[in-house]
Amino acid sequence: MTKRLFVKGNEAVAMGALEAGCRYYFGYPITPQSDVPEYIARHLPALGGQFIQAESEIASINMLLGAAACGARAMTSSSSPGISLKQEGISYMAGSECPGLIVNVCRSGPGLGGIDASQADYFQAVKGGGHGGYHIIVLAPDSVQEMYDLAMLAFDLSDRYRIPAMLLADAVIGQMKEGLVAHKYVPPADLAEKTWALTEKCNSGKRKVVKSLRLGDGEMEAHNNNLHARYAEMAQREVRYEGLHLDDAELVLTAFGSCARIAKTALRLAREQGMKVGMLRPVTLFPFPAAPLREHCATARKVLCFELNNGQMVDDVRLALPDKEVAFYGRAPGAGSLPTPEEFLAQIRTHYEA
Amino acid sequence: MNTQMKQVFSRPDSLKDVQTHFCPGCQHGTIHRLVAEAMDHFAIKDKTIGIASVGCSVFLYDYFDIDVIEAPHGRAPAVATGAKRVHPERVVFAYQGDGDLAAIGTSEIIHAANRGEQLTIIFVNNTTYGMTGGQMAPTTLPGQVTSTSPTGRDVASQGYPMKMAELIGSLDGCSYSARVAVDSPKHVIQAAKAMRKAFEVQINGAGFAFLEVLSTCPTNWGMSPLAANKRVGEEMIPYFPLGTYKDNSAV
Ligand SMILES: Cc1ncc(C[n+]2csc(CCOP(=O)(O)OP(=O)(O)O)c2C)c(N)n1
Ligand code: SF4
Repeated sequence: MTKRLFVKGNEAVAMGALEAGCRYYFGYPITPQSDVPEYIARHLPALGGQFIQAESEIASINMLLGAAACGARAMTSSSSPGISLKQEGISYMAGSECPGLIVNVCRSGPGLGGIDASQADYFQAVKGGGHGGYHIIVLAPDSVQEMYDLAMLAFDLSDRYRIPAMLLADAVIGQMKEGLVAHKYVPPADLAEKTWALTEKCNSGKRKVVKSLRLGDGEMEAHNNNLHARYAEMAQREVRYEGLHLDDAELVLTAFGSCARIAKTALRLAREQGMKVGMLRPVTLFPFPAAPLREHCATARKVLCFELNNGQMVDDVRLALPDKEVAFYGRAPGAGSLPTPEEFLAQIRTHYEA
Repeated sequence: MNTQMKQVFSRPDSLKDVQTHFCPGCQHGTIHRLVAEAMDHFAIKDKTIGIASVGCSVFLYDYFDIDVIEAPHGRAPAVATGAKRVHPERVVFAYQGDGDLAAIGTSEIIHAANRGEQLTIIFVNNTTYGMTGGQMAPTTLPGQVTSTSPTGRDVASQGYPMKMAELIGSLDGCSYSARVAVDSPKHVIQAAKAMRKAFEVQINGAGFAFLEVLSTCPTNWGMSPLAANKRVGEEMIPYFPLGTYKDNSAV
């Protein structure tokens, strides 16, 4: 399986999910992610799985809840307006500790917005999205290869912590074609059996109840404390990021997803021009790589955060670096207005020289 | 005298030996019993998955001795779909009120029925939102006073009661649809039979089964249990006729 393929990001995420053992998909069409259900509709039946085009995003997330409660690896995918509709179900999944994969090939907003690349849903993804003060795992691929790899990681993390996982991509990452090495999925050795889930066989003896309602004295508070303890554990053990030229960097760039691709080109151009610039790209947006950021920025003069929105992740960068100067540059692009590397380079020069 | 008396009536095995939280005269308890008797009849409690909806019946995991998944308000048929697709050999039923199924959850119930999902749906129509304090439901009768229709449901501005058994029965994907009541011994016997049928359809792999059960909410109707029971026969059954609306289950 080490053959090199040339595929779209949306196909890669579907391939990665199926390779990771996902056998149930529930979704509703929306641009720019429809190639995900289309790929899965073609390939899942042969694998003995089930594909349902549901009547809405609300129904699909609740089908995912039912499948997850029954112990299956299952997923849904959508784009921003559809993800908004799923938020109640995601909150129930978080509350009833159901793992599962939610792919958001984000588009520009608000409202019906546009179908082009945007990172406007960062807050919605990492700050909980629905009601009730929970978080989900959020991974941000910046290439077709990572769409594949992170789909697998998302299932593993989600199962390990019993927390739903989201892959936050956008129209650029979902629609572009790149090389992909479709390697085999190897389940982590420490992944425990889902003893909490409803099993396929008759249940003789111990009944299983998957629920989020907690009315007993102190029950809700204890549950929230338990969830937040797991978030803290993930922050210790599961942060992932990519570091570039961080050793001697005077200016550290931060960016995720498609924006990081633009920033990487700008970084290369800056290095060619002799500027000591580095970059830290969060791969896990939740848990956020705050500790590595602090470590790698210790000797830097300044941090510059690029985003395809009006400034969202920069809040988390500033929280991680309370004593550093953190600048922001970003736009919420619409059709035909994606920033260029040269535009980012000009910002790098300004902040580097200031 | 024969001291070996035969026990002819007891708690169904599928019900736990606990007290319910239902108000006096509420027929949710009777309907729970009928569901449990049907499970006992087919000896399926160990393989049944119940989907709890949001309403006064949300605690069914405390009452039925089965596996349960709790669904968000109105979404039980979608959660049930996910569960049944993963474990097709298990028996999956959802138990939903009229606010849950006929208002916020109309989309999910119609499409689950239309896909012909192998599910059993128990729909409890008490013409009001019990749990939230007696607001108007899609099934509230014309002129019925509720806390949000204080001068009585005005069909000109608030529309008509929805006849779900007829509506669901009209879908090609639905195999069985019926409406029953539990206000008299005769009706309870008919309801018990229909309940078995609603499970049998799924057990035989014959498709989607929908059973509407007319029920009381004495607390929010502002009636005594007896008066509430009487209202079922006098006001509800004339608007919501009992009967079988669809039966394509014969194989
Ligand atoms: C999204 C959402 N909206 C509203 C509610 C509040 N709510 C709880 S139960 C209920 C209606 C219950 O009525 P019904 O389905 O008729 O069941 P009953 O209590 O009468 O058995 C409502 C509106 C909720 N829990 N979730
Ligand atoms: S409020 Fe109504 S529906 Fe709810 S338990 Fe009481 S009588 Fe039954």
